[in-house]
Formats: sequence, C-alpha cells, structure tokens
Amino acid sequence: MKRSGFWFVAPFLVLYVAFLVVPMAIGLGASVTDEGITGHAAFVGAANYGELFQDPVVWSSLWHTLIFTVTSTPVIVLVGLVMALLADRAVPERWLYRLAFFAPYLLPVSVVVLIWNWLYQPGFGLINDLLTRLGLGEVGWLSTDGMAMTSIVITTVWWTAGFGFLLYLAALQEIPHQLYEASALDGATPFQQLRRITLPLLSRTHQLVIVLQILASLKVFDQVYLLSGQGGIPGVRSIVQYIYESGFTRFRVGYASAISYVFFALIAVIALVHFRLTAARGSKR
Amino acid sequence: MDRRTFLLAGAALATAACSGPSGLGYWNLFSGGDGSRMMDMVGAIDTRLDAVTLAWGTPYYTKLAMAAAGGRAPDLAILHLSRLPGFAPLGLLDPFDNDLLAAHGLTPDRFPPAVWNRARHDGRTYAVPLDTHPLVLFYNTELCARAGLLENGRLKPIRGPEQLLAAFDKAGLALAAARDVNPWRLFWTLYRQQNGQGLLDDAKALTALRLLAKIGATTRFTDNNAAVALFGSGQAGFFWNGEWELPTFQTQHTPFDVAPFPQVYDRPAVHADSHSFVLPHQRSRDPQRTAETVAAVAELIGQSLTWARGGHIPAYQPVATSQEYLKLAPQADYRSAAAEVELDPPEWFAGAASDLQSAAGATIGAVLGGTTSPDGALDELKATLVRLQNTPRPA
Repeated sequence: MKRSGFWFVAPFLVLYVAFLVVPMAIGLGASVTDEGITGHAAFVGAANYGELFQDPVVWSSLWHTLIFTVTSTPVIVLVGLVMALLADRAVPERWLYRLAFFAPYLLPVSVVVLIWNWLYQPGFGLINDLLTRLGLGEVGWLSTDGMAMTSIVITTVWWTAGFGFLLYLAALQEIPHQLYEASALDGATPFQQLRRITLPLLSRTHQLVIVLQILASLKVFDQVYLLSGQGGIPGVRSIVQYIYESGFTRFRVGYASAISYVFFALIAVIALVHFRLTAARGSKR
Repeated sequence: MDRRTFLLAGAALATAACSGPSGLGYWNLFSGGDGSRMMDMVGAIDTRLDAVTLAWGTPYYTKLAMAAAGGRAPDLAILHLSRLPGFAPLGLLDPFDNDLLAAHGLTPDRFPPAVWNRARHDGRTYAVPLDTHPLVLFYNTELCARAGLLENGRLKPIRGPEQLLAAFDKAGLALAAARDVNPWRLFWTLYRQQNGQGLLDDAKALTALRLLAKIGATTRFTDNNAAVALFGSGQAGFFWNGEWELPTFQTQHTPFDVAPFPQVYDRPAVHADSHSFVLPHQRSRDPQRTAETVAAVAELIGQSLTWARGGHIPAYQPVATSQEYLKLAPQADYRSAAAEVELDPPEWFAGAASDLQSAAGATIGAVLGGTTSPDGALDELKATLVRLQNTPRPA
C-alpha cells in the first residue's frame, strides 16, 4: 500500500528534486564561494554574507521592494474584489466584464510594459496628452523615483488584479443563493448583505489572495526592470533585480546566491508568521 | 502528390530547416541609423554574416557575456573597447592570431595607437577597432552667427573656461544631464584635459565639477531626447554630446556644424569609445570558421566609409586618410579628435553602460542640475569609486 503511494508520487518527486531541491543546494553552495560566470569558484566562507549586510544597495533595494509590496498589495486585492463583485451581478453583458477584467492578466509582461511605456511617454503619451488637453500640467511618469514607483504600481495593478478577481469570482459563486433570498425576506439592504454575508464568507479567499499577492509583490522584477529602461532607475530597483544584476551583469554568481538566500529566509519568515496566525485563528473556531 | 513525394518533400524541408543559416553568427548592438548602415556593410561584403541586433547597453553585454561563458557564442561580436577590461581577463573573449590579422592588412600601424593599445590584454590582441566615437561640440550656425561666435562661417576657437561659459551663455546650450551617462563623459574629458591621473585626483576633479556646475546653470536640465529636440529645433545654439547624433540633425535640416571638443584646460583630450570587433569565447573553436571571421572583419573594416557617414571616425587609417573620407563634411572636420581620445579608465567596472558610468553619471548629472554641490559630488564620486574598487573582481 505504502509502496504504491510512493510510485504515484514519484514522477512529481523526480521533478521536484531535479528542479527545486538540487538547484537550491547548488545555490547554497555557490553562496559561500566567489563563483563568477565562467565556472571558477573558490571557497570564501561567509564573506559574501558579510559583504551583503554592509552593501547599501541591498538595503535600498529591499526597501523599494517593501514599499512596492505595501502599496501594491492592498490596491490589487481591493480592485480584484470590487471587479469580482461587479462581474458577479447577473447582468446580460456579464461575460464582457469578466473578459475585460481578466484579459490584462493573460498578457505577457513585455506587452504590458510596451503599452504602459507608450501611455507614460512625456509629450506624446496618451496620459500626458490628455492632461495637457484638459489644461493640466504634464506629469513625468517615469522621470522621478517617486513617480516611477507610482507608475510601476499602477501598471502592476492593471496587469495582475485579474488574478485576485478570478479567485474572488469563483468564491462568490460558491456562496449559496438561499442566504441572499432569506436575508432579503428579512429586509436586509444590499449593503447589509455585502457586509454580513458576502465578505465574511469570502474570508478564506481573502487570506489566500492576500498571501499570494504579498509573495508575488515581494518577488517583483520584470515590470520594474523593463519600465526602467537602459541603465535602470536606482530609486526603484527591487531586490530580485539586484540579485539579477549582481549575478548576470556583474558576473558575481556567488554574491547573488548569498543575497538570494537572505531574501529566501525573509520570505520564509513571512510565510511562517502568516501560517502561525492563520493556524491560531483556525484552532479558535 | 502521392505519399512518397510528400514524405520526401517533408524530409527536404526538415533538412533545410536544420542546416539553417550557414553564415557566420555576428552579434551587434546597433539600431537606428547605425543599424541600417551596419546592415548595408554586411550586405556589401562577400562573407555571409547572419547578423543579430540586440538592445544597446547592459542587456547586450549581459547576453554576450552569458553566451561566451557557455562557450557557444556567435563567431563575431561588437564590443565597446572600454569594456575589454571587463571581458578579456575573464576568458570571455578569444584572442586574435596576429599573423592572421596581418595577412588581411590589420596591423597595429594602421590604427591609432591610443585605441590599438586598449585592444590588447596580456600581450595579445583581443579586438579590432572599427571606429572611435568622441564627444564633439555641435553648434547652430545661425544662432552662433547672431551671437557673434563665428569667423568665416566657422566657430571661433574656444579656449579656457571663461570663453566656454561666455559662448554657452550667448547662444544657449542643450545637453543630456538627466538619467544619462553623458555627465560622466563630460567630467572625464575635463579631468583628463587637466592631465588628471587615476581615480581620483581630488583637486582636479573638483575643478572639473565646479566648471560643470557653472555650465549647468547656463542650460536647462533635460534628458538626451529633450536636448536633441531643443538643438534640432533651433532653441539652443550648442549641443554637447557624441558625434553619433549627427545624422539626426542632418535629417532634420538643422543649420549646424560640428567642432572638436574645445580645449578648456592644459591639454587636448576628449572622452571617446571605440566600437570594435571581438571573437567571443567558443569552447571548440573551428580554425576554418575563425579564418573566415577574420576575413569578414577585414571586409567590414574596408567598408568604414559607409560607417563614417553616421559620424564615427574610422579607426582604420587607410580609410581615415583617404580622399573620400577627407571630403566627407562635416565628419572630416573633427577627425583630429581621434588623436586625443580618452577612453574610460581601464578598470573592469568601467566602460560603456557600466556601473561606473551610470553611478557617476547620476552624481555628476545632479551637479549639472544644481541639486548637488561640487564638493558634495566629489565625496559621492569617491564613495562610488571606493565601493567599486572594493567589490571583489569576478573570477
């Protein structure tokens, strides 16, 4: 019985070991060497770890990542929820809303960035053009650090809100209709129904969406890297971007691995804290 | 069509697809005008090159390094000569065979010494320079004439910081200061004109930064696109950047001419770089293909005149001294700069689109923008240099 269970799991296990466990072990090994891209590596002990704690760029890029996570996560979750509530209404053109809200999530990041790069252009970009037509001043969407971060968050919300939307929509459809009918007979207003029925019954989905979104936001890289363009914008560099730059443009694979491991530890701590919190709440019930 | 013909046709198609392009792989980073001129040159030579154009700067060098590290790089690639110290010592490039180069007329005496010396590492030749591309001074002939800065239709020589500031004040200056490496290039020029040695002579660096602060006060703080637009539309009398912007103003019919970078301090010097041909590292190098590659390099360099139309100064002296090139205006007017070129310091962290250029460019850009004082910028620059010098050199 036990053996047959093992063989059912084996195909997954092989992939898991080959593409997750082994690379992680190699990465951990590389983080204590001065490995470059040409394969020569010498053991340097904890030197990489010592260096990264004193590297101001590690801290600044961690800080940017944190700012991005704190600003983007609530917006993405809220927008996803609102879109799901709208699209869940039984209106005739429901399919259109569902498609329109989810479509951006299907686009590859390069396409998303291409679109928004054009929208953000100074002078002839759609947004700035509109602003000047309305008699307002132009905004340098990507020219200052603060605005660039805002623009990256806006782009990310547009692109990824569809994911939370989908999870929320599925959860909404699981809520039994009788609850709404019964409460309507008792004289509940739609707002009361939302507050007392819909949102509480979505609580598990909230947790799921928020955790997945926090993890996704912490790992932000593509859109920051692409929107920053040649040379990058140091004021919005994310930690994953710095890992990439250290490893592949400065050829310091060992150092990049060390930063990855510290970042991995951070994410693991966040996941553990979340696990503890939800587990505690679960046992209370 | 019966089944047999169908299968045969399919097999033929598959073979054709597998054998694929039979030419030599050639990676470059030229887009726009330079890109189309390079394609003309590739089309004009006998050797068949399958050219691949990648995005300029960091993305290009990341990909090239990765390809070379894997040992399956293209046969030929373009490299900014200033990046050689970051590539050759890591084994990412394969050296040229000097005899093979000589067989195609690519000998040291046919290239400017300042450039050829930088193509060598550890006594071997790792690059064949195609051009030098220095900073120059573009000037609007109408605006400068009105400001009384011309003599016989040409810009009167500008010598020393006072004359430079006075000229910029009268006719207006446009330059890339925001989010650009241009401020670093200007700084390095002014620093080397004082014969500043190494990284970094405080007093000379401060002199250069103070002048840049004053220059910044005469101009609007813009990025390069805006600066090009300002000069191209006649809203600024001067534009201070590389000669590669020349075709832009030619197509816009801006009334302009080009002067070499003015000598402000003790000696003539100007920041420049050089597009050069390199052999990215291949684990199993085929001598036959390598010989064909060197032949292709010689053929491409023979087409330097086409390349010069984009503003670049040919590195290959038989072309640079030819009548055709000397007749090319305004390109030939600033050819003297080729003898004064100052590449980035020969450090692994320096060079085109490098850490040094972007970090120092941001600091010096802030001086031009007036948001950082020259003294503050010097401290920042030194901190950047200490950080870069203390970074362990990749193995």
